[in-house]
Amino acid sequence: MNHWIIAPVVLPAVLAAVLTLTMRHHPLLQRVFSLAGVLAVLAVALGLMLHAATGAIEVYELGNWPAPFGIVLVLDRLSALMVLLTAVLAGLVLLYAIGSGWDQRGNNFHALFQFQLMGIFGAFLTGDAFNLFVFFEVLLIASYGLMIHAGGARRLKAGVQYVIYNLLGSTLFLFALGTLYAVTGTLNMADLAVRAAEIPVEDSALLRVGAMLLFLVFAIKAALLPLHFWLPETYAEAPAPVAALFAIMTKVGAYAILRMYTLVFGPDLGATADLIDNMMIYAALITIAAGMIGILGAKRLGRLAAFASIGSMGTLLIAIAGFRPETTAAAIYYMLHSTFAAALLFLVVDLVRERRGEMGGAIQPGPKMAQHGLIAALFFGAAIASAGMPPLSGFIGKLLVLDAVREMQEVWLIWTVILATSLVAVLGFAQAGSMVFWKLAPVTDDTPQEASAPQPALPIVAVCAMLGAVIALSVFAGPMMGYIEATATQLHAPDGYIAAVLGTN
Amino acid sequence: MELLFATAIGLLTAAGIYLVLRLRSFPVIIGISLLTYAVNLFLFGAGRLAINLPPVLRKGVETYTDPLPQALVLTAIVISFGMTAVVVMLALGAYLSGREDSVNMEDGTAPDQENEA
Repeated sequence: MNHWIIAPVVLPAVLAAVLTLTMRHHPLLQRVFSLAGVLAVLAVALGLMLHAATGAIEVYELGNWPAPFGIVLVLDRLSALMVLLTAVLAGLVLLYAIGSGWDQRGNNFHALFQFQLMGIFGAFLTGDAFNLFVFFEVLLIASYGLMIHAGGARRLKAGVQYVIYNLLGSTLFLFALGTLYAVTGTLNMADLAVRAAEIPVEDSALLRVGAMLLFLVFAIKAALLPLHFWLPETYAEAPAPVAALFAIMTKVGAYAILRMYTLVFGPDLGATADLIDNMMIYAALITIAAGMIGILGAKRLGRLAAFASIGSMGTLLIAIAGFRPETTAAAIYYMLHSTFAAALLFLVVDLVRERRGEMGGAIQPGPKMAQHGLIAALFFGAAIASAGMPPLSGFIGKLLVLDAVREMQEVWLIWTVILATSLVAVLGFAQAGSMVFWKLAPVTDDTPQEASAPQPALPIVAVCAMLGAVIALSVFAGPMMGYIEATATQLHAPDGYIAAVLGTN
Repeated sequence: MELLFATAIGLLTAAGIYLVLRLRSFPVIIGISLLTYAVNLFLFGAGRLAINLPPVLRKGVETYTDPLPQALVLTAIVISFGMTAVVVMLALGAYLSGREDSVNMEDGTAPDQENEA
């Protein structure tokens, strides 16, 4: 048994406890240990990815209890890729948080950050549906703390809304799990897949109810319309590094849909075939439209970035809704891209807000800010990536999605919506960019001259590194697609996963 | 017995949903608590209702009740209890700093506060 699989869960958990208990009043030590922890997890994630790239599915049995009686963690290509993605994102975000001083504007930022990572890694690695719920709760409770980090009346209020929405989601999750357990008598995902296939179609009403409830829960996490209402205010009001880290949270929902509906309720399962894919395609199309129109209509940069991430989730969910190997491959590439693009946009928006003082993120002409040209260039890069224009990875991702849906019935509708909304997004970004960066308000005497104040370099470095990640995704798209296509093939042949977990091979 | 159990879950859920839709933080929190009670009972029922039976498999024990849902309910109770505490604290903080207790965010109030740190 490969014990490294549990390292991404245990390491942040232990580190978070150590950070709170021993270094509460030592900001420097906290920063060093937190960063070192993320780097260590990054190294582990790289190792796990190399291991998973061989195509082996590795199972970690907690307490050495064999599945389905004990809880298992499962490392396959998809979970290894998601863990690595999270680790890279977390490193860059943490660098930004330290550089910009966000981590010192409230208490316990680093500990909460580590707990959040623990929950996300656990959700990606677990092979047990109830354990997935527990890890969802871990990542949520840490996110509640991070969301209201640094306080403020408006942020607290957005936080309450976020917490309530997610508590309702958790309740729904438990109802779904109870239903599934009542029908199948198991919660291990691989075992669920076996039992679900044995249920005759005419007796499967409760199974369908469970599958549908579970889909709703993941759709809340993935911000699929009309269950997206928690996202705009939360992302716009959260501290920037937190919003950037939350870029992976919607992906947790997308990952869970991908996992459950290829493994347990796969396209071949008679009882639940066609249960969600048709509905999901239309909901995702509306999600894209709402997100992109939101970009055009946003009055503040924070909301613009939030709606951009809703729009990108729409594109991602369309690709997922195809539920065939080629669309899944496109979805996974787009998932990598949209995580970095959304995080990049949130960080750039924060750079603007920090430099414009009282103006904040309002999309209105303001005075010239410090490092005006550089920030404008970074915003331009983030906008190109988010809108899906060449040469960055958003373009490649959208092209892959458009190409992959060719075999689907709704292909013309999907093409029309994706292309039209891309145009709307370009318009929205161009309008916002020209308002904020191009049109400058005339300098009057009472305009505060903050332009001369020295600006820390580390945030810029972190943002440039994030942009570098997007560029790397575009440059190395070819070699990466090899891994991603193999991942999609592995997902759509769940027998290997089931055999590895239940030890029947 | 089953009817009573199912009715209780249904009533709790209905009351919970009604209270959640009130959109003031206190009723919403009570509503969420009721919903979590409902879901705890529901999980318990997922293992079938069996009376006076041991939850373990042992030699000589032919019929037993499923112990797993009871473990699940325990986990769910602990989590929902913690979450309720968090949301109470948060709602209290939001009320004390905003002097206002509705759950909705209304647009138009001080748009630039988003940068307030």
